[in-house]
Amino acid sequence: MQVGTVFFLQTGSVVSALVSNFDQILSEAQAAFATAANAPALEQAKARFLGKSGSITELLKGLGKLDPDARRTAGAEINQCKTAVEAALEARRDALRSAQLENQLRAEALDVTLPGRGLGSGGVHPVNRILERFETLFRSIGFEVADGPEIEGDWHNFTALNTPENHPARSMHDTFYLQDAPGVLLRTHTSPVQIRTMQAHAAKYKDADMPELRVIAPGRVYRVDSDATHSPMFHQVEGLWIGEDISFAGLKGVIIDFLKRFFETDELQVRFRPSFFPFTEPSAEIDFAFMSGPNKGKWLEIAGCGMVHPNVLSNGGIDAQKYTGFAFGMGLDRLTMLRYGINDLRLFFENDLRFLTQFKD
Amino acid sequence: MQFSEQWLRSLCNPALDSDALCHLLTMAGLEVEEVEPVAPFFTGVVVAQIVSFEKHPNADKLRVCMVDIGTGTLQQIVCGAPNVVAGMKAPCATVGAKLPGFEIKAAKLRGVESFGMMCSADELGMTQAHDGLLVLPEDAQVGTDIRDCLSLDDRKITIKLTPNRADCLSLAGIARELAALTDTPLILPAVSAVAPTHDMRRVVALDAPEACPRYVGRIVSNVNPDAATPVWMKQRLERCGVRSISAVVDITNYVMLELGQPMHAFDNDKLSGAVHVRMPKAGDSLKLLHGQSIEPAADMLLIADDARALALAGVMGGDDSGVTGETRNVFLESAFFQPDAIVGRARVLGFSSDASHRFERGVDFELPRTAMERATSLLLEICGGQAGPVVETVVAEALPQRTAVSVRPSRVRRVLGIEVSDADMRATFERLGMSVTALDDKFSVTPPSYRFDIAIEEDLIEEVARVVGYDNIPAVAPVAGISMLALPEDSQSPHRVRRAVAARDYQEVISYAFVEEAWESDFAGNSDPARLANPIASQLAVMRSSLIGGLVGVLGSNLRHRAERVRVFEIGRCFSKDAAGAPVAGYDQPVRIAALAWGPAASEQWGQTTRKVDFYDIKADVEALLGTQASFEATIHPALHPGRSARVMLDGAVVGVVGELHPAWVQKYDLGSAPVLFEIEFAAIVKRRLPTHTDVVKQPAVKRDIALVVPNGVSAAQLREVLQSAANTLVRSIDVFDVYSGKGLEPETRSVALRLVLQHTERTLEDAEIDQVVKAMIAAAGEKLGAYLRV
Repeated sequence: MQVGTVFFLQTGSVVSALVSNFDQILSEAQAAFATAANAPALEQAKARFLGKSGSITELLKGLGKLDPDARRTAGAEINQCKTAVEAALEARRDALRSAQLENQLRAEALDVTLPGRGLGSGGVHPVNRILERFETLFRSIGFEVADGPEIEGDWHNFTALNTPENHPARSMHDTFYLQDAPGVLLRTHTSPVQIRTMQAHAAKYKDADMPELRVIAPGRVYRVDSDATHSPMFHQVEGLWIGEDISFAGLKGVIIDFLKRFFETDELQVRFRPSFFPFTEPSAEIDFAFMSGPNKGKWLEIAGCGMVHPNVLSNGGIDAQKYTGFAFGMGLDRLTMLRYGINDLRLFFENDLRFLTQFKD
Repeated sequence: MQFSEQWLRSLCNPALDSDALCHLLTMAGLEVEEVEPVAPFFTGVVVAQIVSFEKHPNADKLRVCMVDIGTGTLQQIVCGAPNVVAGMKAPCATVGAKLPGFEIKAAKLRGVESFGMMCSADELGMTQAHDGLLVLPEDAQVGTDIRDCLSLDDRKITIKLTPNRADCLSLAGIARELAALTDTPLILPAVSAVAPTHDMRRVVALDAPEACPRYVGRIVSNVNPDAATPVWMKQRLERCGVRSISAVVDITNYVMLELGQPMHAFDNDKLSGAVHVRMPKAGDSLKLLHGQSIEPAADMLLIADDARALALAGVMGGDDSGVTGETRNVFLESAFFQPDAIVGRARVLGFSSDASHRFERGVDFELPRTAMERATSLLLEICGGQAGPVVETVVAEALPQRTAVSVRPSRVRRVLGIEVSDADMRATFERLGMSVTALDDKFSVTPPSYRFDIAIEEDLIEEVARVVGYDNIPAVAPVAGISMLALPEDSQSPHRVRRAVAARDYQEVISYAFVEEAWESDFAGNSDPARLANPIASQLAVMRSSLIGGLVGVLGSNLRHRAERVRVFEIGRCFSKDAAGAPVAGYDQPVRIAALAWGPAASEQWGQTTRKVDFYDIKADVEALLGTQASFEATIHPALHPGRSARVMLDGAVVGVVGELHPAWVQKYDLGSAPVLFEIEFAAIVKRRLPTHTDVVKQPAVKRDIALVVPNGVSAAQLREVLQSAANTLVRSIDVFDVYSGKGLEPETRSVALRLVLQHTERTLEDAEIDQVVKAMIAAAGEKLGAYLRV
């Protein structure tokens, strides 16, 4: 535009006196801009120099009276001055803008240490936390998760598991029975799920080669017992692996691997101690001991296990000559207690939120 | 079973220290539960004899004794014990002796010098505390270390036996096992037949031979009723946890502990006629040794004479037929009772005895005669008297049979996953007292009469594993074909649901499946819950058919801990009677999930106004869990406020309920204000829809907001449904964005503001067609629901 303006100017007399004021105009403008405290004041100051009757505009108006040579020279100089004033104006605008932004930011600052708003998050029961971990570990070597009823028949809970009619575990001192329903009880262990799972597996592959069966069955179980270390309801998880070449050595391998992964340490001693269960033979109790920490060197019972008794395989519909298998049962509550250093089983079922919420993620 | 280590070592003494011995037993399945030294460690205590004593010059209760401690010089020792007698033998802690907690020094007691201390059992840290000095046997050698004299370097070992190993309920049994495990000689006491010196005998009639196929009886006459049990026997009994009673009873107990044969001693003068081993007859009654009077049940085997019932066979003797302090003539019983004839009988009567514990697990049926001879010779030795002939009555065909069991060495190796040679297997069986015959590819193994647990091949596989040692079986990762687990995309794992609910600020709880009966009627309207026959407490007597009671209970207990905000959930099985129930007939056992929220909607905070959690907060949780497919209908539920509860529908089926707890229960259970809760079938939550998609429409969508005034009875869902049915395909969504009632509206009406979104898949919509459809929708709402446009 400046260039265009120059072309419009006509001849006229020299205004050298004004020209000599260029420097003064610039410094006056700079001073005026600097004192403008805000955008409207700056626009007013701008008008003094660049407005319709501003000093620079007036100079430009006067150019027309100059002869072409002088006009060219003066025009260039006026334009130079105008550019400088405009630059000063722009610089001041920037300064005011950033000052304003600064103010805004300062005014908008929050106390970021105040808590966030809205719902918090809850948590999973510690026993189920451990169950989830247990399932993850066993799934990683191909175990599926099976489920079964908690009100059971005595055939599945006892007879099919090779537990004789007169076995003390069947008495009402140990087992909850349903009223007016002979032989119906609350399962005393998760082992009846073994039978149900074997039966389903055997039925599914009745006319074909039976693939391996690898399942774990977690759940609530019930026994007539209540003190600091016993609860009338507690949790077990059952494991079962049946195939053509499953051995006691394999049972040891899987259990030791599990314990090391579960407790996340190789600093563990594990021992298999001969024991007796009606549904396995040979049978073993599994003890383990930490090699460091507060329980160092103390044998802790963790599970019962063994090779599935041939009568149990047969009751599950599986050929006990062709297939062998191992089974184990662990107390989930006990695993949880050992993992988190909890001493009293009852805490799991008292549902005191002051206890439970400690196991949040 | 508790026993003395020294007694065991007298029968089999492998070169193992105590710890190694215990470890070996544990690792062979005879779990050592406890090891306790019979006396703490001390030194310098010897057998001493008080030669003479006189009263202490300065103290009434003290005596100054001259004591022989075997050094040749009498020691002057001040002693305060009341039972000091000249000539008695008692332990003396000599100067320099270290006792539990202190050391003996020469000292002056009230001005009299004392060189040592006479000791009580208590002062030596032995458990049986007596007043005064521990009196030692007269034949104790003065100067002998008391530890040797009383064999105090012994330990009481307690083993926990599994029910299949009744053969180890005796010292001989444990020693036999130890000998097999360590290949160390077994030295059992020599038992020889005692020749009869008179001919008194009792005829024994085995009237129930299937229960008692062998009975050995013998009369020993003229025993000395005052004979004392020798110290060594008393000591062994005590260390096995058996109290000394009288010489005759102690001898029978001793033989039971030593050989494993429970015996009974009758007072022969109180018996009349023959001995009958029979089932009860009408009118039989019996007072047992410990005072309990019983009328024996039909399956309780009795020992009787011609006149009456004498004893509960294999369980406990009778109160008035057993030996007493006056008994001169003893009738000894040593019999075999079948486990099935004994098992559970004592438990029914509320006790157990050493005899029943053994018989119900299985006692060696070849043992009674040996035990009888052993007991007779001990009796003659200790109490004198004359032995009559042994009368053994046997029904051979009713005795247990020991049949050969086949075992294939290849099968043993396969099941255990170890290499063990045929020869080693055979040697193992033979060391365990089994007879072995080699056949083509297997052994035929016959177990001894004392093993009741060897009937199939697996029983023998277990024996090999035990003797090889479980520790010596390697841990091997099993080899298996790998295939992926089927995880259907349209269902989610319970753990994922659990995490999702927890993420909505609920804490998981686990409550008992048996609940108070009132909960069932209050929260489930269930007047016929599944009931336990033997609950542990009356308030835990019925099975829950709903999780709501448990959650209200958890709320109550946490309110007592002054909780200010409670949000809990549980996933668990519920139980109800159902004729069509499966897999267990008669019961339906669905898994459900329920959650309860009480108190402020959000935990106390600075940034939002505190308000109580309400129906719509919890409904949002249900919607989030079930996805957009769920719908809600007002409902009546026993637990819930009738105007603030909805049933939850999914695919046309009711899958649960959501609502505010009924005010009556808020008051009854003292909850202060009403919790809001939901309970839903878990199967409905686990199920997920496989997602499908349609192309994204690029044409602009048009929004129209309308406010309709509807009568109060009309629900948002009804209104929406009517609008929807009047809409055409251009209407993409209808959403409620405001609800208003009050000023400016007619009474009993409310205004529902809705946002309609309209869109054509291929072109821009024209106002005319929008107006047309919106008008039609409003008209339908007016016609069907009496709604009109709010102006």
